[in-house]
Amino acid sequence: MNQLRYVYAVCRPFEAALQADLVGVGGAPLKQLAHGGLVAVLSHVPPEDFGYEPFKAHLEDLDWVSETARAHQSVIAALTTVTCPLPLRLGTVFRDDSGVRTMLEDEGEQLRALLARIDGRVEWGVKVYAEPVEPAGAAAAADRPASGRDYLRMRRTRRQDADRLWARAESFAQQLHTDLAARSAASRLHPPQNPALSRAEGQNVLNAAYLVGRSDSEEFVECVERTKDQEPGLRVELTGPWAAYSFSDPDSGTGEEAR
Amino acid sequence: MTVIERREIALVDLLDRLLAGGVVITGDVTLRIADVDLVRIDLNALISSVNEQVPSPFDLPGAAGAIEAR
Repeated sequence: MNQLRYVYAVCRPFEAALQADLVGVGGAPLKQLAHGGLVAVLSHVPPEDFGYEPFKAHLEDLDWVSETARAHQSVIAALTTVTCPLPLRLGTVFRDDSGVRTMLEDEGEQLRALLARIDGRVEWGVKVYAEPVEPAGAAAAADRPASGRDYLRMRRTRRQDADRLWARAESFAQQLHTDLAARSAASRLHPPQNPALSRAEGQNVLNAAYLVGRSDSEEFVECVERTKDQEPGLRVELTGPWAAYSFSDPDSGTGEEAR
Repeated sequence: MTVIERREIALVDLLDRLLAGGVVITGDVTLRIADVDLVRIDLNALISSVNEQVPSPFDLPGAAGAIEAR
């Protein structure tokens, strides 16, 4: 059967060579397909894995998804060293080169507009977690309720503490998001992360992405770093720089809230 | 910047971007496997399969206080 074409990104034509040992998903070599002033970066993938049904089945296998996502990301990361790539969604697969060419032709105008928007910019991820303070073991034992009334009082106190933490977390996250959005070309809120998947401590109350000019990034990062130990019980995490994954949707990058 | 670049990327941060970000091509020439709804449904299945393996941490009431994404 014919090999399919897995497309990682669309870029403007670039001169610099990619690392020689760089491979795509499944270890296949990367190819460039130029058409109409755009370049699609792709590799060949087998239909046994990337045809509609097998791919759908693979999406329920976390190890497979993880491996494919990391391969996709390593191609995008390599591209960011030589150009400003517009990343495509995981698993964008075409039947043949002519399908890729047709896509570059049909979507050309929009792709060029998106490339112009992300040009010279990177994405930063900022997350805020609220970490409820556990009563220390010894103190908890000493606090063993002497009566039912004591028990209810302790429970109420604990719940009030938790409520206060959530309220504080929410207003801190809102303020941080407002500040960071003002320093970026665009922002986007992702849903809070599932703790089972992230294995992170605490409750994720902000999971945002910001599109920031490369030259403004140092200042942006410093601004995030400054907030890190500002509030007890709240943890701020920074990831990046990423290619502009979260700003590749025609509606996502107007600089307005994605809410 | 370089320090952050060298750190291994958490899978969950990657999936936020690769399954909910990136340009979605919906022309007839694709196999349509990048279809947004399909991927979203399957990611949920993926997460629930992980939940079965890993006992879910205590569900905190703060979940409701999280800032809503669109």
